Amino acid sequence: MTSTTSPLTAEELSATTLLRFATAGSVDDGKSTLVGRLLHDSKSVLSDQLEAVERASLGRGQEAPDLALLTDGLRAEREQGITIDVAYRYFATARRRFILADTPGHVQYTRNMVTGASTAELAVVLVDARNGVVEQTRRHAAVAALLRVPHVVLAVNKMDLVDYAEPVFAAIAEEFTSYAASLGVPEITAIPISALAGDNVVEPSANMDWYGGPTVLEHLETVPVSHDLTGCPARFPVQYVIRPQTADHPDYRGYAGQIASGLLRVGDPVTVLPSGRTTTIAGIDALGRSVDTAWAPQSVTVLLADDLDVSRGDLIAPTGSAPAVTQDVRATVCHLHERPLRIGERVLLKHATRTVKAIVKALPYRIDLSHGLAHENDPAALEVNDIGAVQLRTAEPLPIDAYADVRLTGAFLLIDPADGTTLTAGMAGEAFAEPSSAAGGAADDEGWDF
Amino acid sequence: MTTTVTHTEQRDSPYALTHLDALESEAVHIFREVAGEFERPVILFSGGKDSIVMLHLALKAFAPAPVPFALLHVDTGHNFPEVLDLRDRTVARHGLRLHVAKVQDYIDDGRLRERPDGLRNPLQTVPLTEAIASLRFDAVFGGGRRDEEKARAKERVFSLRDEFSQWDPRRQRPELWQLYNGRHAAGEHVRVFPLSNWTELDVWQYIAREGIELPEIYFAHEREVFNRNGMWLTAGEWGGPKPGEPVQTRLVRYRTVGDMSCTGAVDSAATTLDSVITEIAASRLTERGATRADDKMSEAAMEDRKREGYF
Repeated sequence: MTSTTSPLTAEELSATTLLRFATAGSVDDGKSTLVGRLLHDSKSVLSDQLEAVERASLGRGQEAPDLALLTDGLRAEREQGITIDVAYRYFATARRRFILADTPGHVQYTRNMVTGASTAELAVVLVDARNGVVEQTRRHAAVAALLRVPHVVLAVNKMDLVDYAEPVFAAIAEEFTSYAASLGVPEITAIPISALAGDNVVEPSANMDWYGGPTVLEHLETVPVSHDLTGCPARFPVQYVIRPQTADHPDYRGYAGQIASGLLRVGDPVTVLPSGRTTTIAGIDALGRSVDTAWAPQSVTVLLADDLDVSRGDLIAPTGSAPAVTQDVRATVCHLHERPLRIGERVLLKHATRTVKAIVKALPYRIDLSHGLAHENDPAALEVNDIGAVQLRTAEPLPIDAYADVRLTGAFLLIDPADGTTLTAGMAGEAFAEPSSAAGGAADDEGWDF
Repeated sequence: MTTTVTHTEQRDSPYALTHLDALESEAVHIFREVAGEFERPVILFSGGKDSIVMLHLALKAFAPAPVPFALLHVDTGHNFPEVLDLRDRTVARHGLRLHVAKVQDYIDDGRLRERPDGLRNPLQTVPLTEAIASLRFDAVFGGGRRDEEKARAKERVFSLRDEFSQWDPRRQRPELWQLYNGRHAAGEHVRVFPLSNWTELDVWQYIAREGIELPEIYFAHEREVFNRNGMWLTAGEWGGPKPGEPVQTRLVRYRTVGDMSCTGAVDSAATTLDSVITEIAASRLTERGATRADDKMSEAAMEDRKREGYF
């Protein structure tokens, strides 16, 4: 690839797409070096930032600038001994703009990986070629599977330290792929790299002729960021009702929102949930343009044919493929806060644009991501970083999807009503997809909807 | 079937959005969430490019209805006249309500004292926090971007501030999916950053695509400047130049516009949007590194000011 070596023209720059991805790996796997190299080689580290890194490196007695310092934390974190979850990094090539959610990879930071993976379309999992797949690698694979990240990259790093040997890479790739596939990860790309030497990060490696696949950056630039949305059910959570009541627009009544999934078309019969009333889409305003079709993740304003009572918190979905409305939500959750989650707790549940009261009715099991996904039944509580199953009863009916079907309308937060703290991240339905090989031959190469 | 894909020239489906459309949709979503969940939101509006882009997005988010937010400007007293001019014309054109909190008022009545170095950016924090408290704003939109500075890389889209506007890292909430938790106690507020995921280049490309008017000082022009700490500062009432700081005429433009005492111009021949975009794409300095004296004070300068209630 030569795309990163020359400045891009204004025209080239405006025609790119956006990829959100997350990285996971422990400190020693070379994640900071990989991230530093992606930023550095794509010209996203500028000279004043490099100077700052050089100053800080010298101050710590290091001779060479430590690229890991580019992703170093805030002083407040060091002083208080805490780590704020996710740092976001930005870089671009001629083909794509990238948003990287850089998450710490320590065992106790499951919640940070969950946070970073929640918005990611791709996750990069690093392993050290000398160590192969370790417990943490399985944990990272499990989080990517749990959050239904559509694309997973296994970067087998430090290939220079195993003499760039193909069998080492092949064995690790095989072990990881079969494990991730057993959790239902639909697409896995394994790449042998040396982040330090630069092999297969941006430039193809001269040391691994046996590898015919893409470099990490090539893969990031070309992996599809959207699926054929015609196969996904349309979901439109109403954020805000736009009623100008002005002389120019006396009767305008539009429902503003961001399409969470699928396509909306003028003329589509739709159902408004939770009320269940039906109408058709009379018009779509796409931020100033009147359009016939709009799709996720566009922010639009929808006009309905009938004068229904629709307000913030309602969900508009196609009649015929609308989600069931329920007050009993069974979900897989990641507990995010030091305060444990217990049976009987009264919480707020924030789903799409609606927030309702809820009670924790049961905690059926806790999943240990480190020991073959062992289930511990009926735990006393879910502690911070715990993954587990929760049964909730809500005060009002919710149009909630299975997270496996639609990420954004299957996801929710639990919030402490007393002080507003975000306690728990929830995903309606079962934790892991069935491995696709066991799906009875129903070939589904489309990947997950998102 | 799970597969290890081999590399082929994969193409996006026809439903892929351009990065500008994706960022625009996200920002509009954030504006609408705040309109739906808060009582008294306000947009921090200086007339600089980021605040102008914020207002443009807010106008699009609620059209054909008016923007349901007021504007607030913290006036350091050392503003560029071209910027104030566009600020006032924009407010008038869209029929908006603008509140102005003036640093000069605080200096005149003794609540604030002029710093020995003459910098007024650090003095903005008190008028800003007092305006938020007295006007009872509960959501305050800022144009901050995570690419600007290390202290901002971990900033939330919804950043909770206590009644003194202070930022406590322990109280910041994880943000997952598109679920923003804006709950706050009485007297507290939330700073909201709709441009969190934008870069300087994205802002400029969006300005070009949307045909947004900017103050002319963002484009190359001849200006009387003098050099201080490696930056080209404009001579003016605010206190420059000192003896030994010769004034010269140079072809310059501004990459950021803030207080004249600490915002430097850069040498540039870029007179059009396209040439500015080309220049930024090739730049080897961040916009703050190139133009902001106040951020160079220490490694943690921005972080310190943020904790005290700065943007």
